[in-house]
Amino acid sequence: MSAITIERLERIYPGRHAGVLGIDLDVGDGELLVLVGPSGCGKSTLLRLIAGLEVPTAGRILIDGVDVTGVPPQARDLAMVFQSYALYPHMTVRDNLAYSLRVRRRDRQTIEARVNAAADALDLRGLLDRRPAQLSGGQRQRVALGRALVREPKAFLLDEPLSNLDPALRSQARAEILRLQRQLGATMIYVTHDQEEAMTLGHRVALMREGRLEQLAAPLELYEKPANTFVARFIGSPPMNLLPANLLGIDGPAGTLVGIRPHDVSLGADHDTPSCRATVDVVEPRGHDTVVHLRLEDAAASELVAVVQGPAPAVGSKVAAHWRSERALVFDDRGRRTK
Amino acid sequence: MSAHHLARVAAIVLVVGLLGPIAGMMAASLLPETRVFGGFPWTGPLTLTTEHYAALIEERGFLLPIRNSLIVATATTLVAVPCATLCAYALARLPMRGKGVLLALLLAVSMFPQISIVAPLFLVLRNIGLLDTFPGLVLPYVTFTTPLAVWLLTGFFRQLPRDLEDAARMDGASRLRVIRDVVLPVAAPGLASTAILTFLYCWNEFLFALSFTLGPEHQTVPVAIALFRGRYQIPWGQVLAAASIATLPVVAIVLAFQRRIVAGLTAGAVKG
Repeated sequence: MSAITIERLERIYPGRHAGVLGIDLDVGDGELLVLVGPSGCGKSTLLRLIAGLEVPTAGRILIDGVDVTGVPPQARDLAMVFQSYALYPHMTVRDNLAYSLRVRRRDRQTIEARVNAAADALDLRGLLDRRPAQLSGGQRQRVALGRALVREPKAFLLDEPLSNLDPALRSQARAEILRLQRQLGATMIYVTHDQEEAMTLGHRVALMREGRLEQLAAPLELYEKPANTFVARFIGSPPMNLLPANLLGIDGPAGTLVGIRPHDVSLGADHDTPSCRATVDVVEPRGHDTVVHLRLEDAAASELVAVVQGPAPAVGSKVAAHWRSERALVFDDRGRRTK
Repeated sequence: MSAHHLARVAAIVLVVGLLGPIAGMMAASLLPETRVFGGFPWTGPLTLTTEHYAALIEERGFLLPIRNSLIVATATTLVAVPCATLCAYALARLPMRGKGVLLALLLAVSMFPQISIVAPLFLVLRNIGLLDTFPGLVLPYVTFTTPLAVWLLTGFFRQLPRDLEDAARMDGASRLRVIRDVVLPVAAPGLASTAILTFLYCWNEFLFALSFTLGPEHQTVPVAIALFRGRYQIPWGQVLAAASIATLPVVAIVLAFQRRIVAGLTAGAVKG
């Protein structure tokens, strides 16, 4: 496995949306790095640049210190799993798995051994003679993963590999990817738009917006110490509350915002903690807890979201909302976190 | 009446309208000419005869134009479709300036009224000594069919999921290898339809075939049938028999390839 370094990488599409606008990134040997961001943020473009499927307009890509910027994808020795799986429809599962080895002219025994090993690892043994059209979504996903596995490549690139699976299958496949990554000590770059997937999978998470890197950090750090309001709102569900500081009785220059996670808001009788009067607007029970949307009694009727355990208040009732002030984050008028 | 019934009636009308004349042609080719032109009401016993077919092959030597047509149409298809495939793939996939203009120009080439270039082409072919030869027919056919084939295939290649080719490149295949191992097999239905259309164009083409051949040695089926007409009469029985024979290869080809065309080989490639 290998380390990947990206230096000032840029891909600009003339007259269209931003692609990738100058990104520096280091992926360590054996690291699982997640690229996350809203759609159109350039995360897939960045992955395709690393793969060699797109040509950068500026910057360099290095694999183990060797500049591969001008090297075509077939010579980079990286494996990729596509969102659409992109299985060869005219080949059996066995041939799909074997294709990359055949292209590399490996001998017959090696090919058979590797294909069988990958099939065993992914529970594909009984499916080797089927065509992709005869497989279920989950099976196709495993074949796509297996096709990357047989290669023993320098690194794995995964482009939203689970987004076409239904939720139950998704968490199972996620665990499978984590297990494989640990077993192989594989370098992986994993693209997703799902912040939960990013948090649970990544050793480090790179959050992108409009072609730029907003923050690169370990998942918990991203959650606890977001660099700015964009990161704060993107990571965590439901998203962090962002309210004008004066509304919550916190001092600061004009434009200062205070961020409070819904999990840090509680409802009920007066405590010593700071509180606001509010009306219950919408209640969403989730089983283990309840999401409560509140309207504050200020001029703008700002919304405050709380996640509460136990019985939820009735819609329309007046409550006092409390928050743990030591957990509150403060952002300046440009959205950067100051506390 | 529901939409379902309407569709069924429309299908019946279409089938009868399209197959009726062909069935009539084949039936008439098996009847004595007196019967065909006897007028209504028919009298006497119904007798079928193969005399027209026998006469066609023994007296007219109709096997020769069939052979000629097969040679010319096959050769044209074998030249035009591979050329068009490479061209169409480039137009569909490679980043290039002025693709739209190029495609429009290509189409313009095949839009020339044939009659307007028969005379100049005749002179050209005479000068390079290809008049009344098979290459002399294949060459103009290739120039007329390739643009159409490029258009058809470009549209087809564009519809193929790009991820498939990217996957093959990530698996280590070069551009040409990707075309051979992935694009062509997946595009097989499109290639088959294009090849059939090219073949049929050559099989049915009349004007060039008439103008650039001088004797029966290189004449194709449509020309041969047209020249059946004598000074005082048209041997309708033989003409109908010849037309029936001429449609057979077409039917055979379509039946042979229909499964590939309909199967839709891309099923299961990507999600959905």
